[in-house]
Amino acid sequence: MSFKRILITLLCVSILPLAFSCAGKKGDTIKIGALFAVTGPASFLGAPEEKTARMMVEGINAAGGIDGRKLELIVKDTAGSPEKAISFAKQLIEEDKVFAIIGPSTSGETMKIKSICEEGKTILISCAAAEVIVNPVSKYVFKVAQNDSDAAQMICDVMKKKNITGIGLVSSNDGYGAAGKEQMEKVAARNGIKVLISEVYDKKDTDLMGVLTKVKAMNVQAVVNWSIVPAQSIIPKNMKQLNMNMPLFQSSGFGNIKYVKEAGAAGEGIIFPCGRLLIADALSDTHPQKAVLMKYKKDYESKYKEDASTFGGHAYDAILVLTEAIKKAGMDREKARDALENLKGVPGIAGVFNFSEKDHLGLDINAFDMLTVKDGKFVPYEKK
Amino acid sequence: MSLEQVLQYILSGVTNGSIYAIVAIGFNIIYNTTGIINFAQGEFLMLGGMTAISLAAFVPLPLAILAAVVITAIIGALVDFVFIRRLKTPSVLNMIIVTIGLSIVIREIALHVWDEKVRSLPYFTGSEVTSVSILGAYISPQVLWVLGIAAVIVVFLGFFFKFTLTGRSMRACAANMTAAKLCGINTGAMVTVSFMLSAAIGALAGCAISPITQTQYDCGTPLAIKGFTVAILGGLGNSTGAVVGGMVVGMLEAFSISVLPLAYKDAIAITILLLILFVKPSGLLGKKEAAGLKEF
Repeated sequence: MSFKRILITLLCVSILPLAFSCAGKKGDTIKIGALFAVTGPASFLGAPEEKTARMMVEGINAAGGIDGRKLELIVKDTAGSPEKAISFAKQLIEEDKVFAIIGPSTSGETMKIKSICEEGKTILISCAAAEVIVNPVSKYVFKVAQNDSDAAQMICDVMKKKNITGIGLVSSNDGYGAAGKEQMEKVAARNGIKVLISEVYDKKDTDLMGVLTKVKAMNVQAVVNWSIVPAQSIIPKNMKQLNMNMPLFQSSGFGNIKYVKEAGAAGEGIIFPCGRLLIADALSDTHPQKAVLMKYKKDYESKYKEDASTFGGHAYDAILVLTEAIKKAGMDREKARDALENLKGVPGIAGVFNFSEKDHLGLDINAFDMLTVKDGKFVPYEKK
Repeated sequence: MSLEQVLQYILSGVTNGSIYAIVAIGFNIIYNTTGIINFAQGEFLMLGGMTAISLAAFVPLPLAILAAVVITAIIGALVDFVFIRRLKTPSVLNMIIVTIGLSIVIREIALHVWDEKVRSLPYFTGSEVTSVSILGAYISPQVLWVLGIAAVIVVFLGFFFKFTLTGRSMRACAANMTAAKLCGINTGAMVTVSFMLSAAIGALAGCAISPITQTQYDCGTPLAIKGFTVAILGGLGNSTGAVVGGMVVGMLEAFSISVLPLAYKDAIAITILLLILFVKPSGLLGKKEAAGLKEF
């Protein structure tokens, strides 16, 4: 057989089951598109998100689906690239005709596909943090990750208690870093804290001695790093190596125990705002989130044999609020959107969600707690 | 700028410069014997680092590194056996395209063998928080390890190419492949040795820098781009040139940080590459005549 014929035969064989599966499932399932940065520099977000989403969909389907309809999750790996996110979003809306899209993992990607979802009248529930995603409000765009301005405010509160007035700010050159930098500068100014130096580094940078030398020369009282990339564990190491012993604050992007392990001894004492998943054990039993947090943690950790992270939690929340809305409104996309906008008091991983017409996030500053690292573990930061 | 700061930038420049230089030397070894640029060079670093990290869980660190170097060298040899030798028309362009494809394949395999997570080797001496003070500037002891290893590699290669029969045969291949063949040198074996050698050096470098830069399945590419710039800057095929080029790029990057935002760092390296290609295409220490003999 010639090579060409082998190729054609292979092609036919590979397409065949696809054709069958389409015919069999059509009409019975609820298609949910998912854009996650499963690989690439933001894989710390995307990988647990993807695993969580798959686990949840399996769980919901095993329990009979929603009103007898099974969920069908179509995951696309954007590798953290906004360009890929755009083409996948178009594909999900136009070809797969999904009911809603969850993700993307990063703020930069979300901002790029916002208008595509608006035009396609497809609900988008982003797992990224930047406030600009839902402010100003777009009709079909929601998000489930806490606001970066609230995180910045939490950081400033601690600084004021520590009498810190001059800080150095470093951030990564991606959407998350840029949005955080803007918020941190704004919120710091409002709280009377001076940002003495603000530096941006490449999201793939692996050595930050140079930029920290520059920060050190400004005699700052504390350093704030705003990023989601591995640099989060390089900065504490480089600071200690440069003999910089002032406190280091990080964004909620630090909420992954892997970063603590990578930073090793240098990670001790890092202060950062984060959702409550990481300290779920320490919550009182009456806390509204306690049950859902403990269940998610247990399910995830027993299934995947790795620590649950707040980022995976965003995927949990996205599917949670979406399925709640579908349960209320049924399969009509417009009605589901309205129902989502009116969801109140839904306890999720990031916090208790209260959406409204003006608030497509549904979380406030109470969704955060300040955490710190002690003996290689996350513990609540005692307010001194 | 205070003296301490200047010193700090110099140290930072020397550190990055020596990493670039090691990568560039890897490029040079293969370029010398085959006339091609091996774009999978960065992946050798990644493989070395990743393998050592996995092995370090079972055996002591020095043994893990040694094993990683050997394994990566074997992979280097396999690259030659399986791909480069089998080419029907082994033109320079074809071989270069093969290496580009290989770099992508190796990266994807690494993603599946390991995963997307960042890992690192423990510090060779001390820990994350250890720092050594040199005249008021502070560096991690690991930086000294990187510098030491880079120096050892350069000295070793100098001896190897000057005084051993294999090394001299490889240089003969570099000078003229056909003439070398006529003199009875097994040029095919020399190509294999060059792949093994550059893979081994890459792996060693990958281990040395792992505690500083951390290792991830896709960490090889940016390093390869920098190493390539440095190799061109110093003059392709010239090991001393690679060291000089590495230091120039490292220093310029480090000092650019003091005046420009950090994000411009990579632009500096690319600007240098362009300038060199326009002004002196044979590189700082490269000879025009030598470059003229190569196809690429």
